Amino acid sequence: MEFPGLINYWIVVVLMMSGFYIVISQGNFVKKIVGLNIFQVSVFVLYISMSKIDGGAAPILDEAIKNYSNPLPHVLILTAIVVGVATTALGLALIVRIKDAYGTIEEDEIIVQERNDS
Amino acid sequence: MACTAFAIIRLRNLFSVVILSGIFSLLAASLYVLLTAVDVAFTEASVGAGISTLLMLATLAITSEYEKKSERSTLLPKSIVIVTGAVLIYGTLDMPLYGAADAPANLHLIQRFIEESGKEIGIPNIVTSILASYRGYDTLGETVVIFTAAIGVLVLLGHGRNRWRPGKQPKIARDEQEEEV
Amino acid sequence: MNNHSILRVVSKFMIPYILLFALYVQFHGDFGPGGGFQAGVIFAAAFILYGLIFGIEAARKVLPATATRILLCAGVLLYAGVGVAGILLGGNYLDYNVLAENAQAGQHLGIFLVEFGVGTTVAATMVTVFFVFAGQDF
Repeated sequence: MEFPGLINYWIVVVLMMSGFYIVISQGNFVKKIVGLNIFQVSVFVLYISMSKIDGGAAPILDEAIKNYSNPLPHVLILTAIVVGVATTALGLALIVRIKDAYGTIEEDEIIVQERNDS
Repeated sequence: MACTAFAIIRLRNLFSVVILSGIFSLLAASLYVLLTAVDVAFTEASVGAGISTLLMLATLAITSEYEKKSERSTLLPKSIVIVTGAVLIYGTLDMPLYGAADAPANLHLIQRFIEESGKEIGIPNIVTSILASYRGYDTLGETVVIFTAAIGVLVLLGHGRNRWRPGKQPKIARDEQEEEV
Repeated sequence: MNNHSILRVVSKFMIPYILLFALYVQFHGDFGPGGGFQAGVIFAAAFILYGLIFGIEAARKVLPATATRILLCAGVLLYAGVGVAGILLGGNYLDYNVLAENAQAGQHLGIFLVEFGVGTTVAATMVTVFFVFAGQDF
């Protein structure tokens, strides 16, 4: 196996797992959102790295170029990024409301409050 | 990029976490340029590094800047992550190599887009012609999702506040009511 | 941030160029990288910069909340309207070929309008979300 080989997938797996770890282990909601973003970027990198073809140029038509990268994943990811920021904004809005209702954005403290109420 | 991700896990100061996530986005954008996805890089640089960092900072200004130390054990999450990661790595062994032109994803439809879109649409940027024409329904759906997210944020933080806290009416909500009239 | 005179002057210089660059990205998206999504975000960034430097109240005077909400809906309606126009002119929904005399000109016009709709929606969304977040005080 030559050097590039499968390393792009391994980078994706490492990034994805660090995002996953942040989401499941941290109690702070803002940090959870950051973790989700990292997870999301790792999926983007997976798609974009699959679209790369050796010696392929950016997919903008030109007479002199014969070999292009695969443009379809680019389109999918382009829209996914913008939708991602819209959903991030929605999540942050929810965090602001949670802070409003509970006075904290730590998961553990909210669970304690809920237990005391019931 | 991986270093930035690990730093985000370790740090407790949320301000630096958010700034690091901005740096992370910017690194991702430069990676996309190397992978010849210029449109995607452009979007990531403006959206990921710009707007979403800004929104997170705005949230931090409203909530708190420091994370409290969690009491929970990290053993279970760590083992779940390691097992899942190992399974995923095992799964990649069957994937096509990086840059392979004969990968299954690069065989179907793409030749048609590259050869015909210049004649059918007459626009040099293939990404734009696929985005707006061949996959027009898809993009319409994405636009509606963004629209819905904006409505959701407005509902959560715009007017609905008065219902939740009848005693205390914030100034900004009153202003918005006046604008609505 | 009212007393940072350097920031105020520099941002006054920058904002017209940011708006101009957004329009360039919007309308040059057919030939180079760019398009509605990116242009919308850059356009919104200009207003957000104005809001950060001169205060939310001043920015709301430039772009009232009602205006952003109308733009938000107008973008989606423009996109959907292009599709309906395709039906009325005898094609399928979102079929741009029938919009002009020949197929290529129709595609050009369709993509132009659709990208414009996307750009409007994205810009209005980002400005709305920022104003709503920045308007919170507690």
